[in-house]
Amino acid sequence: MQDTVAILLFVGVIAYALLGGADFGAGFWDLTAGGAERGRRPRHLIDTSIGPVWEANHTWLIYCLVILWSGFPTAFTAITTTLYLPLILAGLGIVLRGAAFAFRHNAMRTPEQRLYGALFAVSSVLTPYSFGAIAGAIASGRVPTGGNGNAVAGWNHPTSHLGGILAVVVCAYLAAVYLHVEARRADDPGLARYFRDRGLAAGVAAGAVSVAGIFVLHSDAERLFHDLSHVALPLVIGAAVCGIACMLLLLTDRRVLLRQTAAAAVALVVCGWGVAQYPYLLGTHLTLDEAASPRATLQVLIVVACVAGVTVLPSLILLFRLAGRGRLTIH
Amino acid sequence: MLTLDAVLNGLATAADEPAQLLPARQQMAFTLGFHIILVPFGVALTSLTLIAHYRGLRRGDSTALLLARRWSKAAAVLFAVGAVTGTVLTFELGVLWPGLMGTYGAAFGFPFSIEGLFFFLEAIFVSIYIYGWNRLPPWGHFWTGVPVSLSGIGGTASVVAANSWMNQPGGITMRDGKVVDVRPSEVFFNGAFWGETIHMLLAAYIVAGFTVASVYAVGLLRGRDNGYHRTGFLIGFVTAACLMPIQLFVGDTLARDVFNDEPAKFAAIEMVPTTDDHVPETLGGVLIDGEVRYGWQIPDLGSILADFSPSTTIKGLDAIPADVRPSDRTVSIVHLAFDVMVGTGTLLALLAAWFAWLWYRHRQVPRNRWFLRACAVSGLVAVICLESGWVVTEVGRQPWTVVGLLLTKDAVTTEGNIWALFACVLALYCAVAAAAIWVLRSMRRRWRAEGDDNVTVPYGPAPEPEPVAARPGPREQ
Repeated sequence: MQDTVAILLFVGVIAYALLGGADFGAGFWDLTAGGAERGRRPRHLIDTSIGPVWEANHTWLIYCLVILWSGFPTAFTAITTTLYLPLILAGLGIVLRGAAFAFRHNAMRTPEQRLYGALFAVSSVLTPYSFGAIAGAIASGRVPTGGNGNAVAGWNHPTSHLGGILAVVVCAYLAAVYLHVEARRADDPGLARYFRDRGLAAGVAAGAVSVAGIFVLHSDAERLFHDLSHVALPLVIGAAVCGIACMLLLLTDRRVLLRQTAAAAVALVVCGWGVAQYPYLLGTHLTLDEAASPRATLQVLIVVACVAGVTVLPSLILLFRLAGRGRLTIH
Repeated sequence: MLTLDAVLNGLATAADEPAQLLPARQQMAFTLGFHIILVPFGVALTSLTLIAHYRGLRRGDSTALLLARRWSKAAAVLFAVGAVTGTVLTFELGVLWPGLMGTYGAAFGFPFSIEGLFFFLEAIFVSIYIYGWNRLPPWGHFWTGVPVSLSGIGGTASVVAANSWMNQPGGITMRDGKVVDVRPSEVFFNGAFWGETIHMLLAAYIVAGFTVASVYAVGLLRGRDNGYHRTGFLIGFVTAACLMPIQLFVGDTLARDVFNDEPAKFAAIEMVPTTDDHVPETLGGVLIDGEVRYGWQIPDLGSILADFSPSTTIKGLDAIPADVRPSDRTVSIVHLAFDVMVGTGTLLALLAAWFAWLWYRHRQVPRNRWFLRACAVSGLVAVICLESGWVVTEVGRQPWTVVGLLLTKDAVTTEGNIWALFACVLALYCAVAAAAIWVLRSMRRRWRAEGDDNVTVPYGPAPEPEPVAARPGPREQ
């Protein structure tokens, strides 16, 4: 039962990484798009493509938090009492980003838009970094079962920073690939090339960080490294293959499977993390079994997830299809 | 009277309280208080929008359509702020109150998962609805707004389920300080669920209605007496006014439920120091050293309101064991907040009655300037009413977080400097609030200046021309 709930939780994590992550990455490109005039077109594309979907994508985070605290309350408090600093930073980023994005959308004058745009963009880097650092801290066993771990040392170590940097790079990579496809759909070859180049660069960066990560994990989080290189090895290899395939597709200007391979690469990395950590919820000491809520709560969570499967998923598909067909363009 | 000294004394932490408690409570109160103002706009403004939208489509009323479109855009901004401040609250529950989440997360957490489901649907359909103007077929577009209203109602009920469970916890079995069994339906539909949920939902619609009405009342007062302002005023005001009498009834019933089920909170609400019959109703006043001071007392009325008879015995504060008895300060806050809630609620009900009288006589939107002036502040009054209601619920539970099970001082974190965090949160929220108001005002300015919402988006190209048929008709501003 707790395994099912853990899988549901992980589905949420992957969805947030893929969808929320792409939105954050779009913020990264917004940040680096240059001055108001030069960055006008990429920013407009970013605005139109994430405007209708960011709120739904953001909801995955709430889904994850709620499943974590209902299904595994002790682990939730252990995490919040240890990693409150990155959590607060992530929260700060979420407020600034959501508010600034909505405001920019409705602001009239360029200076205002610039201010909101800058906030949106900076927080789009801050938040994934914090979440990556949190994941690194959990994975490397820095969160004690009883909570109240060291507030700074808990996430100020190589694995956490690796997680943070990887999260930012991966978000940027995903966003660039998605936006590239979006630009092609909008029939804008210039922009498509613009985001293709950025996708390639971010892909290379993600690959480099991952390779560097092997060494970091080897010295900093041995158990994680061991399991990643044993149980989770097929997933890691799969991720690498998908990543490389996506780069080749980008290089050869193919459109088919482009987004799918990029998403699969990221999803497989996250899955690898999950598999490597199983059956532990916190690093190497708190198992899913020990952290789980009573049976009835887990049952409720599974039922809610099933109901969500039949109500939310079709709605999400409708939203993405409408957005994808340009039926929800900004006006 | 509350002097500065008393306030400062109140702020000083009691000896047996952890240092984190006061800032954590202040921060929670502030962020909840902030978020709760946005809730009516997420939950109810969309319904008002749909009313206008329906009217617009049904009667071919272009003014109503224009209103619907603008309200939906204002709702979108407020919904976005509501979504992020709500996310902050989920963070805070863990960061500030690990004692609550760690021990009772298994019970108290799952209503939030249901809320998450509704929120998901709401977020999806809000986007479709907002971005669907002029893009989707008219009635199809209207129907995409309906799930927004429905999931707003469902989501509110779920969150209030979690909150009401803290007031009347049930449905769990504890062993060695751990929740070992949960009976989900008893947790969700706990003793306080129906009363609190209905009260809150009505409040959300009333706040949204009066706020919308007050915006257009100001316009009418300033001489913008046209169909646009009259329709906007009527939809908001009539919705709120029709619900106001129901709310008075529900609130009164709820107070009697509190008398039966939560005697400690009732003692604080009515400020009853000692258990007695023939308890007077105290209006205003504070509790100092266990004695009621400065209040205006109406003999026997407290007992009569509690159970329709002057001989009804009301449990006083002395019936609560000394170690979990709320402080004088807490009792005074709850009591005054209750008075403010009932007082402002009654004023709003009188305003509704005034409207009914004027409508009965003239059959049109009243032009009485004093009436419109009252309407202009009604939104603010409704917000005050809503806030004080939440103060009654939340502070009224103290010193418990989960009544009878978990003391607030045991729920609070021991980590970090909460004052510093609180200061940051305060600054951040003030900035967000200022920006939100600024943006809404600039939207209004733009609408007024151009009469149309189809202006350029950030860094965007010129707007593409739209099909003439889909555009709202001549503007009446």
